[in-house]
Amino acid sequence: MVTALDEIFRDEWGRVLATLIGVLGDFDLAEDAAQEAFVIAADHWPRDGVPTNPRAWLIRTARNRATDRIRRDRAFAARLGLLVAAQEVEMPVDTTTFPDERLELIFTCCHPALGIEAQVALTLRTLGGLTTDEIARALLVPERTMAQRLVRAKRKIKAAGIPFRIPPDHLLRERLDAVLTIVYLIFNEGYGGRDELAAEAIWLGRALTELLPDGPEVRGLLAMMLLHDSRRETRFNDGELVLLEDQDSSRWNTTQIAQGRAELDQAIALGGRGPYVLQAAIASLHAETPCDWAQIAALYGELTRLTASPVVELNRAIAVAETEGPQAGLRIVDELGLEDFRYLHSTRAELLRRHGRTDEARDAYRRARELTEDGAERRFLERRLTELANRTGSGSDPAAPECES
Amino acid sequence: MKYVMLIYQGPALERQSALTEEEQKQVYADYQGINQTPGVTTVPPLGLAENATTVRVEGGKTLTTDGPFVGMKEAVGGLFILEADDIDGAIEVAARVPAARYGGAVEIRPSEVYW
Repeated sequence: MVTALDEIFRDEWGRVLATLIGVLGDFDLAEDAAQEAFVIAADHWPRDGVPTNPRAWLIRTARNRATDRIRRDRAFAARLGLLVAAQEVEMPVDTTTFPDERLELIFTCCHPALGIEAQVALTLRTLGGLTTDEIARALLVPERTMAQRLVRAKRKIKAAGIPFRIPPDHLLRERLDAVLTIVYLIFNEGYGGRDELAAEAIWLGRALTELLPDGPEVRGLLAMMLLHDSRRETRFNDGELVLLEDQDSSRWNTTQIAQGRAELDQAIALGGRGPYVLQAAIASLHAETPCDWAQIAALYGELTRLTASPVVELNRAIAVAETEGPQAGLRIVDELGLEDFRYLHSTRAELLRRHGRTDEARDAYRRARELTEDGAERRFLERRLTELANRTGSGSDPAAPECES
Repeated sequence: MKYVMLIYQGPALERQSALTEEEQKQVYADYQGINQTPGVTTVPPLGLAENATTVRVEGGKTLTTDGPFVGMKEAVGGLFILEADDIDGAIEVAARVPAARYGGAVEIRPSEVYW
C-alpha cells in the first residue's frame, strides 16, 4: 500500500504543483498547498481508499488550502490595516481536465537568470518532488544551505519576473538546451555512484519525452542516460572502479539497453543528429561486444565538429587508440592542452603504458592522481602505479588490453 | 514589471573608439533604437566615471570622495528604465545595448518599491 501510494505521489507531485503554480502564480503558496494536500492524502487514502481521480483530488484539496491561506493572510492584513486588494483565486470548475503545466514549470526552473545550482535544486524539488533534505544529501550540501538556495531562487523568480510559460519559438531551442543540460547535470552527479540522482534524471528525461515527444535531442538524452545507466552495476566492484573492457557484460541491464536503443532509433527517425543523439549512439556501441571502435571514433569526430570540446577530442583519442594503436591516440591527446584535467593525464598514462613507455606513463599517472579527489578513481590510479612499479624504461607490454575489433 | 537597466561599459568605450566610422554610427543608432523602444524611459546620459564624486555619510558626517563608488569592481556607465512583461523581455532589450557586445555588460535590476 505504502509503495503504491509513494508511486502515485511521485507521479503526481510535479503535475499537481505545476497546475497550482499556473493558477496561483506563486511558487511558495503553491508548494505549501501541495505539500499539505499530499500530507492529508497520506493520512486519508490508506483509510478511505485512493480516490478515482487522485490528481483532481490533490489539486482540489491543495486549492482549498491555498484559498484558506489567502483568506487568513487577508484577514491578518486587514487587522493590521494593511489590506491590499488581493485577487480571488479562480479555479476551473472541472478539476478533471487540468492542463499539464510541467513544461512551463521546468522552463521556469531552468531559466538562465537563475544560477545553475539553483536550477538543479529547483528542478529536483518541483518536478522530481525530492525534499530539501534529500536534495541536500544527494548534492552533498548542508541542508540549511540547500534550503536557503531554494528560498532565494523562488524569491528571484517572483522579484525578477521570470515567466511561467513555454518560451516563444525564437527562444525555445536555446531554452530547451538549458533544460537538457540541467537534466544531464543531475544524471552526471548520479553517475559517480549516487544512484538516486541518476534514477531521478532518467525519470525527468522520461517526463520530458512525454511532454515533447517530437524532440530528437530530448529522446537522445534519455537514450544516452539509459544506455550509460545499464552498465551501472558493473562500473564498480566493491567500491573499486572497473573499466569498460573489464566489465562483466552479462550483468548489464538488458531492459535498459533495449529501451535506450528504442529511444535512440526514434530520435534518429525524427532527424536527430545533435550532441545527445550522437552520445547515445556512442553509448549504444559501447554496450556491444566486440565494440566497433572505428565507428565510435567517427561519431566522436562528428561530436567534436558540433561542440568543439577538447574533452570530446580526448574521448576520440581513446577510440582511435583502440583501432590505430596507442601512438595514434597519443598524437591527438598531446595536441589538447587541458593541463589541469585529470582525465587527460589518466588517458595519456594509459596510452603510454600500452605503448610501453613506462617511465612517462608513471609520471602521467602521478599527475592524474594529484588532480583526483574521488576515492575510487584515486585507488584505481594507485593500482596502476603499483603495477608499473617493478617495470622500467620501455618495451612493449604484453598484458596491454587490445580492442577485439 | 519595471526594470532598471544598468550599463557597464567595461572595455566597450575603448573598443568602440577603434571602430570604423560606419560601425560607430551603428553603435549610436543602436543606442537611439534602445531609447525609442516602447517601455523604455531614458535618464540623462552619464558622464565618465572618472569625473564622479561619491558621497557617504558616516556617524552623521558627510564623506565626499573622488571617483565612483569603490565597492564595485566596475562603475555604472549609464542606465535606463524599462517596462517589460517579464525578464525575457528585459533580456532582449539588454542584449541590444552595444556595450553588452563590446566587452561590457548590462545588469537587469527589477525595480522594487520599498516604501
